[in-house]
Amino acid sequence: MAEPGSSNGASAGSVLLTHAVGLHARPSVKLTKLAKTFGASIELGTGPEGPWIDAKSIVKVMAAKAPQGTTLHFRAVGPDAGEAVAALVDLVERDFDEAAAHAGNG
Amino acid sequence: MPGMVERFGRAAAPGLAQGPVHRIADRTMLVRRAGSPDEERTALETAIATASEDIAALMAAADEDGAAMLEFQLALLEDDALRAPALTAITAGTDAASAWRDALNAQIDDYRASDDAYFAARASDLQDLSDRVLGHLAGGGAEAAPAPGSILLGRDLTPSRFLALDWSKGGAIALSEGSSSSHVAMLARSRGVPMVVGLSDIPDAAFSEAIVDGESGRLVLDPLPEQRAALAALQSDAALRLGAEAAVLREPAHIASGERVAVLINVAEPEELAALDPAICDGIGLVRTEFLFSSPAGLPDEETQYRAYRTILEWAGDKPVTIRTVDAGGDKPVAGLTIDGESNPFLGMRGVRLSLERPAIFRLQLRALARAAEHGNLKIMLPMVTVPSEIDRAAALLGAAIEELEAAGIPCRRPPLGIMVEVPAVAVVPELFGAAAFFSIGSNDLTQYTTAAARDIAAVAELGDAGHPAVIALIRNVVEGAAKLGIDVSLCGDMGGDPQLLPALMSAGLRAVSVAPPLVGRVKLALARISGEGA
Repeated sequence: MAEPGSSNGASAGSVLLTHAVGLHARPSVKLTKLAKTFGASIELGTGPEGPWIDAKSIVKVMAAKAPQGTTLHFRAVGPDAGEAVAALVDLVERDFDEAAAHAGNG
Repeated sequence: MPGMVERFGRAAAPGLAQGPVHRIADRTMLVRRAGSPDEERTALETAIATASEDIAALMAAADEDGAAMLEFQLALLEDDALRAPALTAITAGTDAASAWRDALNAQIDDYRASDDAYFAARASDLQDLSDRVLGHLAGGGAEAAPAPGSILLGRDLTPSRFLALDWSKGGAIALSEGSSSSHVAMLARSRGVPMVVGLSDIPDAAFSEAIVDGESGRLVLDPLPEQRAALAALQSDAALRLGAEAAVLREPAHIASGERVAVLINVAEPEELAALDPAICDGIGLVRTEFLFSSPAGLPDEETQYRAYRTILEWAGDKPVTIRTVDAGGDKPVAGLTIDGESNPFLGMRGVRLSLERPAIFRLQLRALARAAEHGNLKIMLPMVTVPSEIDRAAALLGAAIEELEAAGIPCRRPPLGIMVEVPAVAVVPELFGAAAFFSIGSNDLTQYTTAAARDIAAVAELGDAGHPAVIALIRNVVEGAAKLGIDVSLCGDMGGDPQLLPALMSAGLRAVSVAPPLVGRVKLALARISGEGA
C-alpha cells in the first residue's frame, strides 16, 4: 500500500486505514505521538488533495473522524521527512499494533 | 456551634445513619470575577496544567482500558489546538471560563453531530475535560472526597457522583431538592444508602454531625445527646426487624392464604450480586443495562456487554433473569446516544424509541444478549413500548442479529421478548400487545405518566402517588389483560417494595414483584400479613 517518494527533504505516502473503528482515540494518540518524534512538519489528509491537517495535533487528527476504509495521505517537509512518512505509513499498516485488542468490536 | 437543627423531607431510601457532614459543592453556584486578558490567560493556563496533573494521577490508579482513555484525554488537553480558540477569545476580552466553555462546546457539538457512534461518544471525554478545567478555574479545584461514612448534604446529587463515591463504610444522603423517584434514589435503595429528599431551609452554617432517618424522612444536624441515644434505640429496633427479615429471607414468599408470590430482585450493576445469595429470590426481574452505557470510555462494545450479561446469568443459575434493553433518555442521558435539549425528555426519545432510532447501537446489544442467552434463563425486556409495532420491529432486529450470529457459527439462542408496561397507552389496552412474551409493570413511569407529575420535579412529587386509584386500576387492567393473553405479568417499580402499597397490588391480582435487594426480607414479611382478597 505504501508509496513513499522523497526528494530534497520533502516526502509523501499513502496507506489504507483498516482499523475496525477508524482513526479513533487510541490510534490517534499513537499516530500523533509518533509524528512528534520527528523534526519535519507532517500533514495528514483524508483525500489525495487534502484538506491537510497537522499530524502532530490530536485535536485535529480526531476531528478528521476518518472511518475504516479511508486512504490516509501523509506529506512531510524537513530533514527527516522520508523517515517520518515511512514510520507513519508503517504504523497504520501494522493496524496500530492493536488488531487483536479489537477482535469482536463490531 | 449553630445548635441542633431538625428538618423533615420525604423518604427516598430506607435506613438510619449517623456520620460527619459533607457539603456537596454546587457547581452551578460557583462564580469567579474576571480579570484583565493577561490575568485570564494565566488563569486558564494554570487551570489546564492542574487538570493535566489530575488526569496523570488518575492514570496511575486506573486499569489498562481506563488508562488508555485518560491518556487520550491528557493528549487532547496538552494539544495547543484545543486551547487556541479560547486564548483568541480571551485576547478579545472574554473571561477565561466563558472562553474555555465556548471553545469546548464547539468541539463537543462537532463530535455529537457525527453519524459514527464511536466518534459521537467522544463528546463525553471533551465534556469531562471542560468540567474539570472549569472546576479549577472556579477555585477550590476538584471537590475533596468525603470521608467514608459521611452524610452528604446538598441541593441535588447526580447518579455519576453517587457511583464515584465509596459507600462501603455507610453514609447517607440529605437533599434540599431531589426526588424519591430519581435515578440516584433508585441507586441509593439498591445499595442500602439511607436518603431523604425535599428538605427545606437547611441552614448554611457549619455542622459537624448529622443523623439521617430514611424511613421517616428526617434529618438532624448536630444532634443532642438524647437524640443520639434515641438513634441507638431506633437502630436496635431496626436490628430486631432485620433479624425478623433475615429469618424469612431465604424462604419462598406467601400471602396469608398460603398462595405463593414470586419475589425477584432488581439489579443496576453486576457488582451488587457478589454480596448476594441467589437463594433469597426467585430470579432477577429487572437488570438495568444503563450501567454499561455510562462508562467514561464511551459506548460499550459487544464483547463487554456479553461478558456482563453472562456474569449475571451465571449468578442466577436456572432462575429467570430479565434484562432490559438500554433505557437511556428521560433522566438518564448517555453521551453519544441520547438527544440533548429536548423540551421534555420524559416524553421524548427514550427507551425502545431511541434504540429503534439507533439500530447500529441496538444491534450490538441484541447480539450480546442472544450470545449470553446460552448461559442461563434469559428474557429480554423492551422499555417504553407505546404501540405494538415497536415489538415487531425489535423482534425483527433480534431475528436479524441471531441470523448473523448463526451464519458466523457463533453460539446463541433466541430469548423470549417481553415489554415494560409503563406508558398508559399500553396499560389501558394491554390485550393489543399479545406480541409480547410477558409484561412487567414499570410502576415508577406508569405513575408519572398517569398523574402527569414529573418524578424529577420536587414541587409536584406529592401528586405522583403510586397509590392513586387510577394507577391501581391500570395495574389491575394489565394483570387481567395478561391473564387473557396467557402471559406472565410482574411489577418491577418501587411500589413492589412498599409495604403500604403491597395490599393493593395483591388485591389487583398481581403475584410477582421485583424489588431492590435490601427490601426482599421486608417484602416477604409484609406479604405474609396480606389476605390478597378482592382479586
